Amino acid sequence: MNLIVLMKRTFDTEEKITISDGRIQEDGAEFIINPYDEYAIEEAIQLRDKHGGEVTVITVGNDDAEKQLRTALAMGADKAVLINSEEDIEEGDQYTTSKILVGYLKDKEADIILAGNVAIDGGSGQVGPRVAEGLGIACVTTITNIEVNGQNVLITRDVEGDQEKISTSLPLLVTCQQGLNEPRYPSLPGIMKAKKKPLEELELDDLDLDEEEAAPKTKTTDRFMPPEKAAGRILKGDTADQVKELAALLRSEAKVI
Amino acid sequence: MPKKIMVLGETRGGQLRNVSFEAIAAGKTAAQSGEVVGVLIGDSVQPLAQEMIRYGADRGIVVEDKNLSHYTSDGFTQAFMAVLDQEQPDGILFGHTALGKDLSPKLAAKLNAGLISDATDISEEDGQIVFTRPIYSGKAFEKVMIDEGLLFATIRPNNIAPLKRDEGRSGDVSSVSASIKDLRTAVEEIVRKSADGVDLAEAKIVIAGGRGVKSKEGFQPLKELAEVLGGAVGASRGACDADYCDYSLQIGQTGKVVTPDLYIACGISGAIQHLAGMSNSKVIVAINKDPDADIFKVADYGIVGDLFEVVPMLTEEFKKVKAGSL
Repeated sequence: MNLIVLMKRTFDTEEKITISDGRIQEDGAEFIINPYDEYAIEEAIQLRDKHGGEVTVITVGNDDAEKQLRTALAMGADKAVLINSEEDIEEGDQYTTSKILVGYLKDKEADIILAGNVAIDGGSGQVGPRVAEGLGIACVTTITNIEVNGQNVLITRDVEGDQEKISTSLPLLVTCQQGLNEPRYPSLPGIMKAKKKPLEELELDDLDLDEEEAAPKTKTTDRFMPPEKAAGRILKGDTADQVKELAALLRSEAKVI
Repeated sequence: MPKKIMVLGETRGGQLRNVSFEAIAAGKTAAQSGEVVGVLIGDSVQPLAQEMIRYGADRGIVVEDKNLSHYTSDGFTQAFMAVLDQEQPDGILFGHTALGKDLSPKLAAKLNAGLISDATDISEEDGQIVFTRPIYSGKAFEKVMIDEGLLFATIRPNNIAPLKRDEGRSGDVSSVSASIKDLRTAVEEIVRKSADGVDLAEAKIVIAGGRGVKSKEGFQPLKELAEVLGGAVGASRGACDADYCDYSLQIGQTGKVVTPDLYIACGISGAIQHLAGMSNSKVIVAINKDPDADIFKVADYGIVGDLFEVVPMLTEEFKKVKAGSL
């Protein structure tokens, strides 16, 4: 099976965000594989181990993403592709990223493309479904289980807490939701092997895509922090009094009950 | 310039969802004194069209087909494309729900359009429509606009106030026919796991438990409190990882981001990842044994104490308050 994972490098969830000149400050921040993409990588590895084939992990970004690609290889992916868009695209959006990915994927004949349900930085969840549409293949989002039998695929997807059982067929793009699997940590031998695995670096020219075609459709005009919350009130007295006071405050002061 | 904005009405249990009324209100801003058209897709949705108008839509369009009884990406894409072909609107607004999240990027790609997902606010600045949306799960926000071409956005539940329902308002409802076929995915079964009707992302009140809940059974007092308040139960990653509850309840940077009117955090320490998912709630109550827990830093009201003592007492107190208010 030809399995392809769409991966994004994101801020570590531990990181605080700071903004200056309308931009997110990245200096000194730790970066990780987007947590939802880890489910995608893990599932691709498990599908390969069961059905045979190869897992390719692909990202759009700059040289810094090589670290996260090596981590994916250390987990067990076979190949990695970095599409370096730094030279060509100053500020892209989801339209941009999906155009680039479709440019790369259009002749790759993937059986299953796996992506995260959402990236924890931009949080739009657009790129996976956009890529599926661009390639003309079916797409199932927020999956929590997948079983492949020949060309037939049975999927369970999370729909706001309910489970939808879906039947479909290959080729297919899925986006991965929490609960799908438990992503493995790279093992030491895995890390050693990863250093020798192929990591291909491409630019937009290599995809026959010029930057105009991938120009963003949306424009970010400002970034800002949410207003600081004033210090809250810790209630005093014995528990029964605190409970009574809280109920009264929620009703009369906060007016939410 | 007045614009024509299409708003997709979404149903749950045969009723329109609140977020659809919120999207109509956003549509009013986006239309800039133009027209807001409510669109309903399903196998029998005609009776709901007037309700969209009572909440501010100018007219309604329904697409009905037996193959639209359950949501499928292909079915709803075909139905919505039929509406777009006829109407040629300037903008589209959906709720940022499971359906909206699934359908909007596919449509945007088909239409070669930009898409602004998960907007929490909409405003007009110098004649341009600007959306505000959270990034880094609410650790920061950005303002985004679409310079030219189709205006397309999804609206996060609970953030944009719906217009007041106007019983006397009515409008034209027409029907668009579409041939719904060649669906590449089929819904075989739907297993209801969520609590009766109150969706976590749309709930006005959320009662959330963390590691302090200690077990599956430990969620029971939280459920009882949620029931009395008409709220939904959520959880921190700690509680989900410890298998006290299903991952579908998880709130945080991985998991759901919620912005209810009232968030009651029970036995949650307040890791930065969890705070990202809930700190933009309007009022936050923290109940925790540890007075130094980070959750108190974002709480409006805090009770330092054992949740197993405090939560049942709160439930009793709210029962009295609710009974008194009738």
